[in-house]
Amino acid sequence: MEALDLARWQFGITTVYHFLFVPLTIGLSLLVAVMQTFSVFAKDPDRKDAWTRMTKFFGSLLVLNFAIGIATGIVQEFQFGLNWSEYARYVGDVFGAPLALEGLIAFFLESVFLGLWIFGWNKLPEKIHLLTIWAVALGTTCSAYFIVAANSFMQHPVGATLNPETGRAELDSLWAVLTNVTTLAAFPHVIAGAWLVAAAFVTGIASWHMVKHHRAADDVGRDTEEGSRQHELARGLYRPTVRFGVLAMVLAAIALVVSGDQQAQIMFKQQPMKMASAEALCETETGASFSILTVGGPDAFAQDCSSITHLIEVPYVTSFLATHTFDATLQGVDELNAQAQEEFGSTVTDIHGNQVTAEYRPNLFVTYWSFRLMMGLAAFSGVVALWALWATRKGRTTGSRAFQWFTVLAIPMPFFANSAGWVFTEMGRQPWVVHPNPDDPTVRLMTLQGVSSHPAGWVVASLIAFTLVYGVLAVVWFLLIRRTALQGAPLPHRDPDTGQLDTPMLSFDY
Amino acid sequence: MDPLLAPTGLQIAWFALIALLFGVYFVLEGFDFGVQMNVGTLARDDHERHTLLSTIHPVWDGNQVWIITGAAAIFAAFPEWYATLFSGFYPVLLLLLFSLIVRVVAFTYRDARPGDAWRRAWDGIHVATGFLPPFLWGIVLGDVVAGVEIDQNRWVVTSAAGLLQPFALLAGVVLVLLFWLHGSHYLTLKLQGDLRERARRRARLLMLPALLGGAALLLWYQLAYSHQSWTWAPLLVAALALVGTLLAQRGRREGLTLVGTGVAILAAAATLFGGLFPYVMPSTGLEGTGLTVAGSSSTPHTLTIMLVVTCILVPVILVYQSWAYWVFRHRLNEDGSTRATVKPLAARLAEGHRRAFEAE
Ligand code: HDD
Ligand code: HEM
Ligand code: HEM
Repeated sequence: MEALDLARWQFGITTVYHFLFVPLTIGLSLLVAVMQTFSVFAKDPDRKDAWTRMTKFFGSLLVLNFAIGIATGIVQEFQFGLNWSEYARYVGDVFGAPLALEGLIAFFLESVFLGLWIFGWNKLPEKIHLLTIWAVALGTTCSAYFIVAANSFMQHPVGATLNPETGRAELDSLWAVLTNVTTLAAFPHVIAGAWLVAAAFVTGIASWHMVKHHRAADDVGRDTEEGSRQHELARGLYRPTVRFGVLAMVLAAIALVVSGDQQAQIMFKQQPMKMASAEALCETETGASFSILTVGGPDAFAQDCSSITHLIEVPYVTSFLATHTFDATLQGVDELNAQAQEEFGSTVTDIHGNQVTAEYRPNLFVTYWSFRLMMGLAAFSGVVALWALWATRKGRTTGSRAFQWFTVLAIPMPFFANSAGWVFTEMGRQPWVVHPNPDDPTVRLMTLQGVSSHPAGWVVASLIAFTLVYGVLAVVWFLLIRRTALQGAPLPHRDPDTGQLDTPMLSFDY
Repeated sequence: MDPLLAPTGLQIAWFALIALLFGVYFVLEGFDFGVQMNVGTLARDDHERHTLLSTIHPVWDGNQVWIITGAAAIFAAFPEWYATLFSGFYPVLLLLLFSLIVRVVAFTYRDARPGDAWRRAWDGIHVATGFLPPFLWGIVLGDVVAGVEIDQNRWVVTSAAGLLQPFALLAGVVLVLLFWLHGSHYLTLKLQGDLRERARRRARLLMLPALLGGAALLLWYQLAYSHQSWTWAPLLVAALALVGTLLAQRGRREGLTLVGTGVAILAAAATLFGGLFPYVMPSTGLEGTGLTVAGSSSTPHTLTIMLVVTCILVPVILVYQSWAYWVFRHRLNEDGSTRATVKPLAARLAEGHRRAFEAE
């Protein structure tokens, strides 16, 4: 493999990895902030206790997750220089600004206030303390905004022109970069995706405990003292959290579909090649259908479209996704490729000054399946939401093992859907690292022109090291999250002298 | 004069700002590193190690963001510098990144589950990642200011072994010593009782090596590499600050010792960055291949916008970050417990609910 491919693998692995944890942080910081708000403003002391316990329970999980998000984020900040130095030179004038803003506005906010929140229990006045978690939630959301703005510039450059003398992109308007239509469409979608992750996480874990306590109550009999205590845990503590999680899930899902639809329309205008690749549409078609199952191995997808067979197709849907009309004409990959060859040349100069042939088709196998995975995996959340609403209707709880395991199984699905979405977005725009804007294609850069000139050996070594370190961290993360989640909400404790309520959180104290 | 050697005021302002971001990072995260270095040898048991780490636990992440922002600021203001530096120092920076990664999770994961072996493992990581990043930062900084070989493409061609030039190695050792001293001073200010005594003795032990090492490094730099003569001034400030620190140690003025090492670190950063000017990465290769402040920056438009934004935001950040330090200003308990002394109630609560928790 060449250094270029290795660098791409390294970028893909480290970024997908970072984005595995980040959505949970973004979504969960908001949900924990809402929980704590319930607890601060609850009139009924029992409800207050319950939400305090939930805040600390999910707060502990949030803190565990935050650590790994930060650790992997630092890598991201250096990546563009480490492996993509020529890219960094080309766009630095434009691209560095949102990254710097992210640091100044988002990272300081979330890191300083996270410290205040964790160690500020019983130290800061209740309402001030509540504000600190809201600051964290705000920080994580802002972080997503700026990074999506940076990424959107690579998808659809605006607010910049090419300086022919230096051969570099130069910033005309930061405002234009920050209000890129691509950003405005992608940000709600990314945030909604993050909410879905956190909502499924909260629902899954709370459901698991609800069923556990429900069954424990049934085992000893609800009329015994222990039985009624267990039942109260299921009904009073976990059931409201399950309902809360489901509500968040439904809201997130609606936002995802609406914003995803918006993105598809924009994508069709800005990156028709990506749209065609999403459907593995080789020939230009009017009223293009949406296939659910397509066969042909990766090789068939990659080059020779003729050996692909669409097995199950829903007519007109792809055209509808792209334009909201049923009979729109979608250009196929081959025609688009020929057009691009004409417009951008059939060869390009790489970083060492060599002419290499240009291929404008992304990997169809990856784009096709990642697009379907993104949408399809969310179905798990849909089933969980309906099932949970039914099982907890009118004050009920459930002891169903099937429900218990299914909600837990559904936890990772939105994580994978998010990864799939990014893989689709990023792979679908290949071979471009800065995709030309159809209105003014002068600012553009191919991935092979953006890479650093490292010997392959260095990149192999770093790729292996990243994979190992990240692999070990993932195991540690999983075991800690699992352990903490299984422990359940910590018991509240009321100080006999003062009546002050306290509930432990991990074993952090200052 | 070569226009590449005559930067505009805007470019100079950005160069100074980046030096400042690095300087603040070294001062703040410096004592965090120093505290971690002390985890291995200053604390005697698990409880004490926990106490040491607790002194920095609420604040370290906010300190670290100074370098994350610093890196992003280099990218935004000097893209060529960012590209050449980060790709050119690949092996060193990767090692640095790996140590920062495990360091970050060590803070949270150490206490996330019980178990002696578990904690000892993370404590080991704390010590290693207390020493390693300052050493590696020293190498990076040393190589930048002393220069490496850069070719016409603005790619660093110095080999990995070449990055370990003696000056850079010395810079690494000096940063370790300075931060270690700085962290020990921080501990004397945050602890009570015997642990505080031990931290004070540790600081005394480190004082002379840090002073001599720092003096050697800066003099070597000033005589061999610096492009400016005015940097004698910050060099002198650094020296005086360290001598002042020595006196403050004698007089048991704990607050002053911390200020002393802080000022020394800032002044050393000013010396190194100041002497780099008008370059950002001088080249030991062909004439004219070094990166200059004037020749590697973003456009005036970008620099202006970002300067305005930064000048608005940094004071706001300083306000809330200072507030966080104020909230966590108390010394930690003498018996090694981590409860703040002002809140004996909280300590009793902690006992109580831990028991309640374990009962479930
Ligand atoms: C839980 C995660 C999740 C779910 C259920 C969905 N998406 Fe999504 N999608 C993402 C998570 C995501 C993402 C990871 O957040 C992406 C990657 C980049 C981005 O902007 O959002 C994304 C990208 C993305 C793009 C690419 C935009 C571009 O590259 O320009 C399109 C067209 C859609 N989505 C459309 C949809 C539709 C129509 C969905 C459902 C009906 C949908 N997504 C569900
Ligand atoms: C966090 C979510 C993201 C994920 C999961 C993701 C994933 C990926 C993947 C898998 C690739 C490899 C594409 C390929 O090999 O063909 C890639 C490429 C790239 N992405 Fe993203 N990306 C994400 C966000 C971003 C953001 C926010 C930026 C910019 C700020 C970005 C910039 C790049 C660059 C520069 C490349 C070029 C390297 C390459 O094409 O391999 N990505 N990304
Ligand atoms: C490839 C581009 C990216 C870069 C350069 C980057 C950089 C970073 C850095 C340096 C941190 C650590 C901050 C700290 O110390 O507090 C971080 C954390 C974070 N990043 Fe990323 N990131 C990238 C992609 C993304 C994307 C695509 C998102 C969201 C859509 C995101 C959202 C976050 C959030 C919310 C955090 C803080 C919470 C956490 O650490 O889990 N990042 N990132």
